[in-house]
Amino acid sequence: MPRNRRAWATKELSVHKELHLIMGGEAGQGLDTVSGLLGKAVVRSGRHLLAAQHVMSRVRGGHNNFRLRIGARPVQGPPDSFHLLAAMSRESVDLHKDKLKEPGIILADAAWELPVLPGMVAIPFAELASRPVFRNVALLGVLGAMLGLEASLFEEQLEEQFRAKGDEIVSSNLRVLAAAMKWAAENAPSLPLPESAGASGMLSMDGNQAVVLGALAAGVRFCGYYPMSPATSIAEGLVQAAVEMGVVVEQAEDEIAAANMALGAAYAGARSIVPTSGGGFALMTEAVSLAGVSETPVVFVVVQRPGPATGLATRTEQADLDLVLHAGHGEFPRAILAPATLEDCFYLTHKAFDLAEKSQGPVFVLSDQYLASAVRSVAPFELDGLPSVAGPDLKDSDPENYRRYNWAKPVSPRRIPGHGQSLVLVDSHEHNEAGHIIEDGGTRVRMQDKRLAKMGVLLSEVLPPEFSGDEEPDLLLVGWGSTCEVLREVTARLRASGVKAACLCFTQVWPLIPETFMPHLEAARTVVTVEGNSTAQFAGLLRKTTGFHIHDTVLRYDGRTLTAGFVMERLQPILEAL
Amino acid sequence: MIDIKTYGEFKTSWCPGCGNHDVLVAVKEALADQGILPHQFVMVSGIGQAAKIVHYLKCNGFNGLHGRALSPAQAIKLAHPEMTVLVESGDGCTYGEGGNHFLAAIRRNVNITLIVHDNQIYGLTKGQSSPTTMTGHVTKNNPLGVVDQPFNPVAVAVAMRAGFVARTFSGFHEHAVQTIVQAMRHPGFALVDMHSPCISFNKVNTFAWYKARCKEVSHDPKDWATAMTVAQTFGEEIPIGVLFREERPSKDTMLPQCADGALYRKAVDMAAVKRCMLAYA
Ligand SMILES: Cc1ncc(C[n+]2csc(CCOP(=O)(O)OP(=O)(O)O)c2C)c(N)n1
Ligand code: SF4
Repeated sequence: MPRNRRAWATKELSVHKELHLIMGGEAGQGLDTVSGLLGKAVVRSGRHLLAAQHVMSRVRGGHNNFRLRIGARPVQGPPDSFHLLAAMSRESVDLHKDKLKEPGIILADAAWELPVLPGMVAIPFAELASRPVFRNVALLGVLGAMLGLEASLFEEQLEEQFRAKGDEIVSSNLRVLAAAMKWAAENAPSLPLPESAGASGMLSMDGNQAVVLGALAAGVRFCGYYPMSPATSIAEGLVQAAVEMGVVVEQAEDEIAAANMALGAAYAGARSIVPTSGGGFALMTEAVSLAGVSETPVVFVVVQRPGPATGLATRTEQADLDLVLHAGHGEFPRAILAPATLEDCFYLTHKAFDLAEKSQGPVFVLSDQYLASAVRSVAPFELDGLPSVAGPDLKDSDPENYRRYNWAKPVSPRRIPGHGQSLVLVDSHEHNEAGHIIEDGGTRVRMQDKRLAKMGVLLSEVLPPEFSGDEEPDLLLVGWGSTCEVLREVTARLRASGVKAACLCFTQVWPLIPETFMPHLEAARTVVTVEGNSTAQFAGLLRKTTGFHIHDTVLRYDGRTLTAGFVMERLQPILEAL
Repeated sequence: MIDIKTYGEFKTSWCPGCGNHDVLVAVKEALADQGILPHQFVMVSGIGQAAKIVHYLKCNGFNGLHGRALSPAQAIKLAHPEMTVLVESGDGCTYGEGGNHFLAAIRRNVNITLIVHDNQIYGLTKGQSSPTTMTGHVTKNNPLGVVDQPFNPVAVAVAMRAGFVARTFSGFHEHAVQTIVQAMRHPGFALVDMHSPCISFNKVNTFAWYKARCKEVSHDPKDWATAMTVAQTFGEEIPIGVLFREERPSKDTMLPQCADGALYRKAVDMAAVKRCMLAYA
C-alpha cells in the first residue's frame, strides 16, 4: 500500500469546505448500513449532511450507490462529483471513477488486483473482515479513520444496532471496526472533514420520517395504506409509534380500501393519513372524489416515482402533479403542498392536517422518492411553536336541528357520530343539508356552490413561492418541491459567475395566487422551469392559471435526482442565447 | 324495548312490494329490540337500491361508494369502538365490486354486522346479473342465460371461518329480525345474507320461490364440517338460520390503541412526539 499512499501524498491536501463521497456496490452488501452509520456519525460530530440514495429495485446484486455531501454549513442538493469513491464491487469503480474530482481517492478491494490508478487505496478486506458480512463494517472503519471521526461515534451505533442480536455479534462488529480503523490510520490517506459547524444536537432523518413526525405532531390517529415504494416507510414509521401515540395503522387489502378506510376513520373523528405513490394513488381517486362530496378531511401523501404504471420502482420523478391536481371525478376544492426540504416535510404535513380540517376535504402532500429517502441533518423541529390543528365541532348544541351540510357558511360544523345526540349523515350522492339524497337542480347547484366556496379557506392560507436572487434577472429559474434546493444552489453559482439570476420556489402548487408571483415572472428576461418530468407539468399549470408562457424548461426524467451540475449543463444553451 | 318510530318514517324510492321494505322494518325492530338509539349506531352502505337504506331511518350514516361499504365501516369501528356499526348493501355491491373487501373483512374480524340484501340481481342499474345470479338465469345482459357459476357468500364465509355466518329471508319477518339481533350480538364480524326479492327485475327468485325453499337449519352451528355442507346447499332447498358460529377476539378489542375508546378524544402527546423526534439525534 505504501505506493498508493505516496501517490496520494504528492497532492496538496486541504480542508474542504464540503466533502463529497460516493459509495457503490451491490444490493445486499450493507452499503445502506454504512451510509446510515457514517451519516449519523458525521451529524453527531456537528457537520451538516445530505445522503442521497440510488438503489435498484432488487434485494440482492445489481448496483446501488449512496452519495454523501458533508458541509460545515447546511448543504443543498446532491453532489455531482466526488472526493472519494468507496467501491464495494468492481463494477462500481468503472461506473463512478469518472465522477471523481481531481485528485480523487478510490477505495477498492485489494483482492481485485486492479491496475493502480492515482489515488487508489487497496483495502485488504479479506484480512480485515473474517466473513463477507463484516465487510461493510470494515469499510465503515476505514472511512471513519480517514475522515478523522472518533471510534466512539461508531461504537455506540453498532451497539445500538446489533444489541438485539446478542453480545457476540456486537463484539465481532466492534473488533472488525477497530481493526479497520487501525489499518486505515497506518495505510490510507486522511481526508479531513469540513470544520465542525458546532451545531450540536442536530438530527438526521429522511423526508418520510419527517412526514411521520409532522403527522404525529398534528395528532394523526389513523393511517390506511397498501405497501408501495417509496411511500411505505411512512406507514412503517407510524407503525413504530402506533401504540405509544395511539394511531391505528391498517395495511388494507388494496389502495381502494386504504383510502376508503381513511375516510371512514375521519368521519369517526380520527385524523387520517394515506401514504402512497402514483400507482397506488391511481386506485384511490374514487376516494378523493368521495372526500370532496362528503366533505371529509383527509391527508394524502403522494410520494412520486417514475411512471407510467409501475415505471421505475426505486427512482425519482415529479410527474404526478397533473394526476394529483385532477384526481377524482367532478369538481371540488383541494390543496397540494410540495415540500422542498426536510423542514417542509415536517411543517407542511402538519399544516396539511389543519387545512384538511378547515376546508373539510382532501389535502395532498406531494413528495418524491429523492426527498423521501435522502437523509439530511436538521435542527430539531419547533414543537412548542406549532400552531394548533383545527378540530371538529364537539359542542353538540341543538342536536335535533343539526345538519351535517348546513349551508349557512361554506364550511359547515362537522360533528362526530356518537359524540352526543347529533346524528351525522354523510353521503356520496348529491344531498341536501341533512345529508339525504336529492335530485333537484336547485339544491344541487346550491350544494355545489357551497363546496366550491370552501376554496376561499384554502386561498386564505396559500404559501406564496419563495423568491431569491436579483430583482430583474436575466434568468429566473422556477421550480417546485424537491427541486427547489437545487435551484437555490444553481442561482447562487450563476450569480457568483456574474449572471443576473434568481429563483422562484413553490412549496404549494395548488391553489395558486398569481399576484404573489406574476411580478417576478414579468420582471425576468427569461423564465425557465426546472422539473423532474418530461412534459413540464408545472409550466403548463402556470400557463393555465395565468396565461403566462414559460420561455424554456430544464427537465430530468431518467429517474435520477436533479443536481446542480445537471441543471448548469442544461442551462448552457439558454445562457448563451441570453 | 324502543318504539320503532324512534327511527323515523321516510318516503323511500323503492318499488312497492320490494323486499327492501321488509329488511328496513326488520333492521329497525332488531335495533329496537336491543335498545339501541339512533345516536348509538352508525349505518354504512355502498351504492344500489339496498344501499339507500341509510336514508330511510334516523341514524348516523355513511353512504359511501359502490363496493366500498366495508372499508369505512371497519375503520369507523376501529376509530370509535363504542359505536355499533351496521353495514347494508346489495349483492352486487358487496360480492361483486366489493369482493376483495368482503374477504379481507372476514379475515380482519372487526366487530361489525354486514347485512347483504341479496336479490340475486342488480336492481338500481335495472336488471343485470349479479355475482349470486343462478346459472341459466336469463337476464338483460345474459339473453342466453348466465353461464358463470354463482358466488356462494355463505360457503365462502364458512370456509374462511368467519365468526358468524347466517342466511335468512326478508319474507320471514321474525326469522329476519332474530337473525339480525344474533348477528349484532356476535362479538366480531357477522354476515347475514338476506334474500330479499327484487320484484321488478328478478322474475325467477320471487317471494313465492324463496318461501317454498327456505327451511330452518337444524345442525349445531359450531360444527364447521356440517356448516360447510349446509352452506353449499342452495336450490330446491335453501337452509336458513345461523350456519356457523365461532367466537374469537375481534380486531377492535385486540389493538391496544383502541383500548381507551374513540381515537378522536385523545389529545396530542407532544412530549411523546418529542421523544420520537429526538430518537433521530
Ligand atoms: C363505481 C361504480 N360502478 C358502478 C356503479 C353503478 N351501479 C350503481 S348500483 C349498481 C349495482 C347495484 O346492484 P346491487 O349491489 O345488487 O344492489 P341492488 O340495487 O340490487 O340493491 C351499479 C353497478 C356505481 N354507482 N359506481
Ligand atoms: S328495482 Fe328491485 S331492488 Fe330496486 S326497489 Fe325495485 S324491486 Fe327493489
